[in-house]
Amino acid sequence: MIEFQQVAYSYGGGELLTEITLRLPPGSFHFLTGPSGAGKSTFLKLCYGELHPTAGRVTVDEADLRKLSRDGVALIRQRVGVVHQDCQFLDHLPLAENVALPLTVTGRPVSESDLGDLLAWVGLKPLSDHLPPQLSGGERQRAALARAIIMAPDVILADEPTGNLDWEMSLRLLTLLIELNKMGKTILIATHDMNLIRNAKSQVAARVLRIRDRRVQLAGSDL
Amino acid sequence: MSRIFAFRRSENPADRIVPPSGFTARLTSFTAAAMAFLAVFALALSLASGKLAARWSEALAQTATIRVSAPAAQMETQVAKVLEILKQTPGVASARALSLDEQKKLLEPWFGPDLPIDALPMPRLIDLRETAQGFDAEGLKNRLEASVPGAVFDDHSAWRKPLVAAAQRLRTLGLVAILLIAGATAAMITLAANAALAANRPVIRTLRLIGARDTFIARAFVRRFTLRALAGALIGTAAGMGAVALLPAANEAGGFLTGLGFTGIGWLLPLTIPPLAAIVAFLATRTAAFATLKGLT
Repeated sequence: MIEFQQVAYSYGGGELLTEITLRLPPGSFHFLTGPSGAGKSTFLKLCYGELHPTAGRVTVDEADLRKLSRDGVALIRQRVGVVHQDCQFLDHLPLAENVALPLTVTGRPVSESDLGDLLAWVGLKPLSDHLPPQLSGGERQRAALARAIIMAPDVILADEPTGNLDWEMSLRLLTLLIELNKMGKTILIATHDMNLIRNAKSQVAARVLRIRDRRVQLAGSDL
Repeated sequence: MSRIFAFRRSENPADRIVPPSGFTARLTSFTAAAMAFLAVFALALSLASGKLAARWSEALAQTATIRVSAPAAQMETQVAKVLEILKQTPGVASARALSLDEQKKLLEPWFGPDLPIDALPMPRLIDLRETAQGFDAEGLKNRLEASVPGAVFDDHSAWRKPLVAAAQRLRTLGLVAILLIAGATAAMITLAANAALAANRPVIRTLRLIGARDTFIARAFVRRFTLRALAGALIGTAAGMGAVALLPAANEAGGFLTGLGFTGIGWLLPLTIPPLAAIVAFLATRTAAFATLKGLT
């Protein structure tokens, strides 16, 4: 699905990531961990073309992200749902419309009942009419997840999705992601929450990628 | 116009993704209205001065006058001589000596009807019309000088040329003014669109990240600014046409200033201003939007 070949990323003064060669096969469940500033967000941004590698190449379904046209990148992003660390919404539109936005911008019809089901699934149905600034951090993260999956993407990337959540809510979000994985979606979660990783490992065959010395390595099963 | 506003209100998804901008939206429309108003006048000026230039050229073109001064006894022979020369000159279509009555009439506005014209040593006037090819004015002048010293050739083009040139220059200035107005409109709409794009950068970034294509994002802005410019230009054009219609009516003596206005089918011309303003706004916003989008991955 997503493949890195000898990828390096450097900015300004130094190299942040180097010699990354790995593959996220379809249906896999990965965690990405490492200290703050190690490049977790950068790694995710390389996956959907917000950043381009300074060396090597990143492909999504064999398509080199760097060589794609701007519309080509847009198409890839319709198939890769992203939950950002600081989720951005259109603050003048109510929650329900924000969640349906990926459908709107691609000219697809929005089914009210599907949208309702999705909002109920992330526990936000009663807040459909609220504007994003009225939502708490946790509600925003769940709204971002709903928006990321409304297009039924093949891949879901989440950057510190539980950063703003208490433990109970974190587990709930994790459960949602595990359910999606069981439906065949490829999942990659960047987090430094070891408890979350342990909890997930008890429910799903999750693998852990660790950033160490600017390289991304597959961690052993010992955590 | 109500149809345009209804069109704006329509539930177009691309319209809703850009937050409403309130006051600045009205500034764009106001600018477009003011520019359209000015454009109507520039257009009226161009048309009027163009008409004036054409009228002067037409009225004076291909005519000339020969003034024959001679002692009363020789007058008839001199006049006949000149007419004979004119008959042989290639390019002269017709030549005719004005009768005394006609000359009297010409002088009436200045001297009154009771002028004893017979008592005055009046020169005789010969009115001649040239053919489309024209004649050699210099050659005719020389021939007249040689054989009829009392005849003075008066080529109207000598004094009509600067007038026509002035009128034509005025028309050019009007057209330049229209071009400047179009350019200034494009510049102002580009500024307004850039401000809107900058203010909405987070919105654009978010849309890009969830997979919106550039054309979709650009359309939201382009549509908005095009419709604003169109609505503003419609109001400005209507106001400008109203103002031109209310100008005092043109008459023959008034000449050029009161001749400012449209006649007949000319009234349709200012109606092209609103669509042109919309096209200018469309191109300006589209260029600005794609330039902004290029800066985002």
